[in-house]
Amino acid sequence: MSPSLTEALTDLPTLLRAHALLSGTAVLLAILIGLPLALRAARSRTFRIPLLGAAGLIQTVPTLALLALFYPALLLLGRATSLPVPALGFLPALLALTLYALLPILRNGVAGLHGLDPAILEAADAAGMTGRQRLLQVELPLSAPVLLAGIRTAAIWTIGAATLATTVGQPSLGNLIFSGLQTENWVRVLVGCAASAGLAIAADLLLGLVEAGVARRSPLRIWAAMGMFGIGVLLALISIGGSGSERRTIAVGAKNFSEQYILASAIGQRLGAAGFPVVQRDDLGSAVAYRAVAAGDVDVYVDYTGTLWTNVLGRTDTPRADVMRAELTRRLEARDGVVLLGPLGFENAYVLAMRRSRAEALGVRTIDDLARVAPRLRLASDIEFLTRPEWRALRKAYDLRFGDARAYSPTFMYRAIADGGADVISAFSSDGRIAALDLVTIADPRGALPNYDAVLLLSARAAKDKALIAALRPLLGAIDVGAMRAANLKVDRAEGKKTPAEAATQLLRTLEKR
Amino acid sequence: MANDPFLELHHVAKDLGARPILHAVSLAIPAGSFVALVGPSGSGKTTLLKTINRLIEPDSGSVRLDGTDINVGPKHRLRRRIGYAFQGIGLFPHMNVAENIGVVPRLLGWTEAARAARVAELLDLVALPADFAARRPNTLSGGQTQRVGIARALAARPSLMLMDEPFGTLDPVTRDELGRAYRALHDRLDLTTIMVTHDITEALLLADRIVVLIEGTIRADAAPAELLAYRGDPAVEAMIALPQAQARRLAALVDAR
Repeated sequence: MSPSLTEALTDLPTLLRAHALLSGTAVLLAILIGLPLALRAARSRTFRIPLLGAAGLIQTVPTLALLALFYPALLLLGRATSLPVPALGFLPALLALTLYALLPILRNGVAGLHGLDPAILEAADAAGMTGRQRLLQVELPLSAPVLLAGIRTAAIWTIGAATLATTVGQPSLGNLIFSGLQTENWVRVLVGCAASAGLAIAADLLLGLVEAGVARRSPLRIWAAMGMFGIGVLLALISIGGSGSERRTIAVGAKNFSEQYILASAIGQRLGAAGFPVVQRDDLGSAVAYRAVAAGDVDVYVDYTGTLWTNVLGRTDTPRADVMRAELTRRLEARDGVVLLGPLGFENAYVLAMRRSRAEALGVRTIDDLARVAPRLRLASDIEFLTRPEWRALRKAYDLRFGDARAYSPTFMYRAIADGGADVISAFSSDGRIAALDLVTIADPRGALPNYDAVLLLSARAAKDKALIAALRPLLGAIDVGAMRAANLKVDRAEGKKTPAEAATQLLRTLEKR
Repeated sequence: MANDPFLELHHVAKDLGARPILHAVSLAIPAGSFVALVGPSGSGKTTLLKTINRLIEPDSGSVRLDGTDINVGPKHRLRRRIGYAFQGIGLFPHMNVAENIGVVPRLLGWTEAARAARVAELLDLVALPADFAARRPNTLSGGQTQRVGIARALAARPSLMLMDEPFGTLDPVTRDELGRAYRALHDRLDLTTIMVTHDITEALLLADRIVVLIEGTIRADAAPAELLAYRGDPAVEAMIALPQAQARRLAALVDAR
């Protein structure tokens, strides 16, 4: 078996369990909320129309956005009530998925109950049934097939959508898919997709069994399906109970790119070796990651000084690296209790890069040199570079004007410089492809580009743990840009690809040798 | 109060939005009567019938059953005492024939044995074979469905039966047969029956009293023979002229042979 398959299969049981528990709870909650609402709506037109409208509106919000919105909402709620409301992980994922699962349950519930033959309802009333008796003996049994079909749809949607829970730090099968996509590890993506599809099919079959049991009045089928559900839930719960440990689990955060996965994995391996139970929260949005560490939902992650400077402190100036870091250390701790432990030793900044041969031929070493020849050159940038303050700063400082400037997705941007379709690209300084394609980064003597030192951030609680700090300290100043580029390349290259965990292990091994 | 009629409607009025359906209708019905409520579509006869088992609440007026105002006590108690059969029938599709017939007895808490005995008795009463008990409603013909509907209405031994076009969808032969069968049950079980129908011939042949309702008011109230001799209100005359004219034409056809 290939190492990436082995790794994906090792990660699978935990993620599958988390995924099943999350989507199962969301559907259950949606049923508990949805059925009474559907009942109310079936009886009252004034209630039905706004309710179905609202549910439909929620459905039009992309699931990803719905998940993202719950993060700040819960954060605010936690602040307003001063209760420890977890803003990251299970709770926001559960709430978003529950809302998402509501529509099919409501819509089918209303259709099932509202669509009953009025003659049957009149007969039930005339027989002297109370409202409750009519509901339990006539309306629910008769609308059960339609109600169940709605629950089935909700279950399938929810299991699919739950892969997105990864983005708010709740482990799910999405972890395999997102990290696989980012590192172009297709085996991992396929394992994630197959597991998610398999889970959806299993849930569909079980609910189908219940539906058939209800339709044919066969209690055997209903009990068989219920029994299987019970066994599933029990299995999921038992394994979770078993993994409990006396030491607090440390949550290591990672944003959504290879370097972050590798560093989070390296941090996790060091903490694991020091005896800490570790959970990795991958694919956090850039803004989410910082807020998560401030709120204590994530204990440790790697961020970059320039990002923190502009996005967290809202600053637009570009001071020297050491000044910026000192100011960040002071302000982040004072404001959010977040501790900046120190720099890792490399920078992941926006730089301009050229092929070595081309740069030498044109005599370009600094951006000053580049500015003289730029009108004859073509720039290929990533999607956002041309709209970022870095680009504005560069143009202002060097009066830089290219003959042509186009935005590409990163993969195609590198392809463009490799095949001569572009002369200059906007690269990230720690990107492995800089070494792999024999590119040179062009010096910025006027300091127009801000500094992006990789730094370790700790939550207030993690910063109090001496053993944790001792386990992480050896990483500080230990990873130079060459080591990071090499590690990134192992994960990003098309052939002989390594998983982030393997790259992290190798990275740690080179550190020990030094 | 021994002098009270069994069922008494007093100034019962109902509007639907701005449109009046019933204008202060009053009616006294002694126990054992078979009353046909006739009138054209939209005359308010179904509405009037439904005020008796509170499927419709009148805007004003009162209904007394057996000397007590029907608004005393909860609706469902009242309804369990009154048999109700209607054109839609509304057999419960998820229950078999026996469960359908036994629905009111079950609500009243009868034992399973008592219910089973009653179901057998009722199937016999409405002339259906005993093995129909296990059949599903969707396997029955129109006439069979209607018989089950009547059996269900009779299950808890009500003394009052409300029937709304109960034979409306049946073919003429089944309709006549079932009508006469029901009339026999009415006499045998000592029932009080109020039957809504727009078929004046059916009313004349089955009932012992006919109440003509037109535009929400009672225009005539008489025994069948008296009604045939009625002179006065032109709308009522037109209604009873039709079956008489048909009878004469049929008689002429017979004579011509």
